[in-house]
Amino acid sequence: MAVATVIEEQKDKLDKTALITGSEAIAVACQLADVDVITAYPIRPYDTVMQYVCKLVANGEMDCEYIVAEGEHSQFEIVKHASACGARVFCGSSGVGWMYAMEALTVTPALRIPMIAMVGNRALDDPGAFGVEHNDALAVRDLGWQLVWVDNAQEALDTALIAYRVAEDRRIFLPLAISCDGAFLTHSQALVKIPSQEKVNEFLPQYNRGDLLLHPDNPITVAPQGNEDWVMEIRRQNYAAMERSPGVIREAYADFERIFGRSYGNPFFEEYMTDDADIVLMGMGTLSISVKVAIREMRKQGKRVGFVRMRWFRPFAAEELSKSLQRFAAVGVIDRDYSFGSPYAGGVLAGEVRHALYPGPGKKPPVVGFICGLGGREVTVPDVQKMAEAVYNAADGKKQPLTQWIGLRE
Amino acid sequence: MGRLFAIEIIYRGIFQKTMAGRLSRAIVLAAHHEGKVGISFGRYGDSPERNGIPAKGFAIVATDEQTLQEGMAKYEPKEVDVTICVDDTLCKGVESWAWYGLQPVNRLLKPGGTLIVTSREGPEAIIAMAHRKDTPYQLSILKGTVSFSGLWVYKDDHTDVRILGAVAKILPELFSLKSVQRAIVDEWHDELKATSAAKAYDRTTSITVTPDQGNPEVPYKFDLPKWHEMGEGIAIPSIPAGHKMDDPKSHAEGGFQPDRNPTFLKFSTRTMRPVVNFDTCIKCTLCWLQCPDSCFDVTPEGLYDANMKACCGCGVCEAVCPVKECVTMVNETEFKGNDSQWEDWRKDKDGYKVWLEEKIKHPPERSHGFRYRGQYEEQIPEMLEIAQEK
Repeated sequence: MAVATVIEEQKDKLDKTALITGSEAIAVACQLADVDVITAYPIRPYDTVMQYVCKLVANGEMDCEYIVAEGEHSQFEIVKHASACGARVFCGSSGVGWMYAMEALTVTPALRIPMIAMVGNRALDDPGAFGVEHNDALAVRDLGWQLVWVDNAQEALDTALIAYRVAEDRRIFLPLAISCDGAFLTHSQALVKIPSQEKVNEFLPQYNRGDLLLHPDNPITVAPQGNEDWVMEIRRQNYAAMERSPGVIREAYADFERIFGRSYGNPFFEEYMTDDADIVLMGMGTLSISVKVAIREMRKQGKRVGFVRMRWFRPFAAEELSKSLQRFAAVGVIDRDYSFGSPYAGGVLAGEVRHALYPGPGKKPPVVGFICGLGGREVTVPDVQKMAEAVYNAADGKKQPLTQWIGLRE
Repeated sequence: MGRLFAIEIIYRGIFQKTMAGRLSRAIVLAAHHEGKVGISFGRYGDSPERNGIPAKGFAIVATDEQTLQEGMAKYEPKEVDVTICVDDTLCKGVESWAWYGLQPVNRLLKPGGTLIVTSREGPEAIIAMAHRKDTPYQLSILKGTVSFSGLWVYKDDHTDVRILGAVAKILPELFSLKSVQRAIVDEWHDELKATSAAKAYDRTTSITVTPDQGNPEVPYKFDLPKWHEMGEGIAIPSIPAGHKMDDPKSHAEGGFQPDRNPTFLKFSTRTMRPVVNFDTCIKCTLCWLQCPDSCFDVTPEGLYDANMKACCGCGVCEAVCPVKECVTMVNETEFKGNDSQWEDWRKDKDGYKVWLEEKIKHPPERSHGFRYRGQYEEQIPEMLEIAQEK
């Protein structure tokens, strides 16, 4: 690796360990997946990925079409078309750049394009801010994009490989965005195991567009105008593809474990110290680190707090989650996002968790929502302890706001 | 439940969309003068901003609000009291951009309902074009030159108010002549228009069309697939490029016939069609090159045959043809079928010549467009004469 500093050779000589950022890990995954077409347009913090990829290309370590578009809209349109022509593609963006591509983002799932995108999560303007918020990626949550959040560089690399496997499965053919928290993940280096090309080749088959391949030998028309006689049936097809996604995700994680020897357990959410927990906190992305530290400290004081980190937001493992959450006296959901005017003024994840619990069988623990860490503000250990206190209050049936802002100057 | 009235207006995109809107609006306003309520709308799935594409507008009127809701709880009415067809060539059937297949012009008429057609033709020609219907209906012809205009202009030839007068005569329960005249003057501030409505009211008569009258053909239609029967990814098979043609007489193969969309046939999009004189054609290729719909089949001997499945009747071929009367646009009312002219010519050249000369001997009537300034003024005396026919 020219980009990554190789510091250790593993027993398996083909596997390596490197000190790389989350963005670099995604770039390495693109190299291992032998991506054909990559488009780029700079915006922090996503731009770190495009810089690493272009170094790989410039150094002759990666062979792909690397196209710098004139804006995010074109960036996503170019890979959409390339994917329709059978190319394995990658692109990404952040914050308002992602939003500028919105039209292309909406048509991609409808056309069943297995585009893989990295969202370097960033607050939406205004004010112009670089720090992390999740509202950018969440803007496409209803459109047929599969959405996954990771919390470390290793998981970023692994999930990118899994992403190609899932999205390019003929049963799915839906785009997939990997969310990486700006700065905390995109800009910090960690030790990452880089698997051998042979293992990746075993795990990841070639992208085969099949009957949907846009090619002179397979003459088709893609995206004709459709009136009310057609649109509902087309939406129903995407609904069916998303319904199949959890099964394909499970298969991919099982195969990943078999081939790479690393396991993620339940693909959809990670549970930390939940076995004996009275209450749990929930969240997505890198805030997991301070939450885990805070939980260990609280446990020293005898408070049995656990943590559930959602990886997959779409598809959302509602049944599994509601079954798991029934075990706890109360649930606190930390949102690094906002949804102004939503039910109980909560964040997006809090609303989804309440929704998941409502039709579920058995006990429905109270859910407290927290808005925290917006714009890249640090989620501190005391913040987490304060949130856990509120969740205990909910478990005790004490009256309090259902949504609370934590870490706010007030 | 009170009384519900539904009026359908079948018109051609762009050319007649302003007139259709004026009609449905004035119907509601006239009925409102008699204490009724109503809604005027164009069917959204149509493409009224496309030249000549068949489209529909509706006026739904009721004696009270609740009954009106009953009438509006449907995307479009399932049956109507009156169908107004403002271009007689649409009596051959209606295929809009809102659905697949051909719908008879009289499809929505209630038993005993009335089809009003503006036309220079007599009832025989109209009945021959319209598909047969299981139940009897009334036909009322409003004599006149079919009124076509453009996107930016409106041909204020009183066709709209004359139709409104006819509706007052046919459906007096909906509104009286007095109410519609009041609506006309309120809306357009012109007493002369109210007079035209009254003249049409006086002249309006209708005849009964029985189930054994009309075009016996079953209109072509398509079944829509279920969601799991459809291809995914909004991808549809392309239409194949095409194939050689077979000479019906010599059975020599040659030329080129492009394959065409099997689910959208343009028969009802057309108000005129080109008639081709194959004896004088110099094979210059201009019609074939310039046709925006690739409607010309190239025959084995290198002639150009306008295929009626693809022709929209735009007239570009006639405009670019350098030979006098080699391509002549003729009003669609003059034709019954959609057969290949070239095949007819190959089978019987003398017979075809007689047929061709008969079709083009009178200066062909243009459904749309003016070729020079002042052409409209020149047409007015003839238009008046036709409008005063009984």
